[in-house]
Amino acid sequence: MSPIVELKRISKSYGAVKVFEGISLSVKPGEVVAVIGRSGSGKSTMLRCINGLERIQGGEIHVAGHCIKPETKNLQELRLDVGMVFQSYALFPHLTVRENITLAPRVVKKLRSEEADAVAASVLKSVGLIEKIDAYPDSLSGGQQQRVAIARALAMKPKVMLFDEVTSALDPELTGEVLKVMEELAAAGMTMILVTHEMRFAENIADTTVFMHKGKIWEEGASNELFTNPKTPELRGFIQA
Amino acid sequence: MIQTFSWDHVIFLLRGATWTLSLSIISFLVGGAVALLLAPLRVLGPSPVRASISGYVQIVQATPLLIVVFLAFYGLSFLNIHLPPLFAAGISLSIYSSAFLIEIWRGCIQAIGRPQWEAGDALALSLVQQLRYIILPQAFRIAIPPTVGFMVQVVKNTSVVALIGFVELTRAGQLLNNITFQPFAVFLTVAAIYFCVCFPLSLTSKYLSWRINVAHR
Ligand SMILES: Nc1ncnc2c1ncn2[C@@H]1O[C@H](COP(=O)(O)OP(=O)(O)OP(=O)(O)O)[C@@H](O)[C@H]1O
Ligand SMILES: [Mg+2]
Repeated sequence: MSPIVELKRISKSYGAVKVFEGISLSVKPGEVVAVIGRSGSGKSTMLRCINGLERIQGGEIHVAGHCIKPETKNLQELRLDVGMVFQSYALFPHLTVRENITLAPRVVKKLRSEEADAVAASVLKSVGLIEKIDAYPDSLSGGQQQRVAIARALAMKPKVMLFDEVTSALDPELTGEVLKVMEELAAAGMTMILVTHEMRFAENIADTTVFMHKGKIWEEGASNELFTNPKTPELRGFIQA
Repeated sequence: MIQTFSWDHVIFLLRGATWTLSLSIISFLVGGAVALLLAPLRVLGPSPVRASISGYVQIVQATPLLIVVFLAFYGLSFLNIHLPPLFAAGISLSIYSSAFLIEIWRGCIQAIGRPQWEAGDALALSLVQQLRYIILPQAFRIAIPPTVGFMVQVVKNTSVVALIGFVELTRAGQLLNNITFQPFAVFLTVAAIYFCVCFPLSLTSKYLSWRINVAHR
């Protein structure tokens, strides 16, 4: 099967500071890829390049038939096909849950409001929060807010979902509900790339795990294999830590 | 002839006050419209645009309002452009208001953090859509108190146009004082009228902030 996401020798720097150089990665449709690594190894930056939140300085990225090069300006078509969930939820505090979810379908996809509402109801059911449809974000727990953020991304019917440490800001007892939603999404066949510190989740749910170290993909492989049998001392040290 | 301060004189002051009020409203509407356009450009525009707007703000803020008024009134008449006092007063107060409102609103827009923009980006919203649906509504809420605070300043500062012969509230008081010689009665009444305009503004600000908080929590 041809890849749905492909990073071809991409490089990224902030001014003179190189974050990474020549990274390549290929993700098949329906594949779940976990990205792990130490703080500052460039995981978030790589993820954010995939929907153009960060500009790349070299190489190219192919996503669901779209292409990003260093000079690419128009990213809207690509972003329609790529959902993203952030560590800090980034819900819109002045809008209700329904409005948070329907905003982009209405103004970007030009859905009529009944259609958008129907989409909102369906994605909210899938994350188990239909009863919160008229609530404002700050009346929800962190776990609920993050599930709304996932629902908001799903409402655009993306082909690929990006998750950047989406449970890191949560109290430990709330991470489970969010991971469960992600697990169901993976089981439903969504292509997912997730940066995570949840090693157990990466090992059990992700098909592939990528270990980033010093701005490189240091080690990459089937999750069960990679966790039980790490090849590099760096990964071994990281897993044991 | 010396007159005694009477009810008729209060009416005279109130007529001056309607000019104070009209000038305040004009300068707020015109200055506000300009600022609404320029404040987002000040934050998001290409750098020459940002620099020009910033320069405009700096220059206006560094110029005493009275000088702006004199320039509009005497300066332009020197160039053979004769503006009626109302026009000169309206223009200079609008310029003054626009500069301060640009600065206030710029701060409010910048107070909305990058994650909100990025969430909009990730959902494929255009820059204008992000502004319209995500950033400005949130900026608007935090803008209410400083904006109203500034409007109160504008109401009081309209008094400088007295110096180009415009009979607004302060000038009306001055004229009355000259014929009554009852400065306390006259100027206390003037102060009371200013208070009656400014105090409801502050109340409205409190009410609006309260309503927005209730509606959204
Ligand atoms: N806007 C920026 N300007 C300059 N340097 C940056 C910027 N963003 C990130 N960096 C640098 O790029 C490197 C990679 O950062 P990144 O956030 O991708 O790491 P990460 O692997 O996601 O770390 P964490 O686990 O802490 O989230 C870091 O050294 C960081 O300091
Ligand atoms: Mg990160």
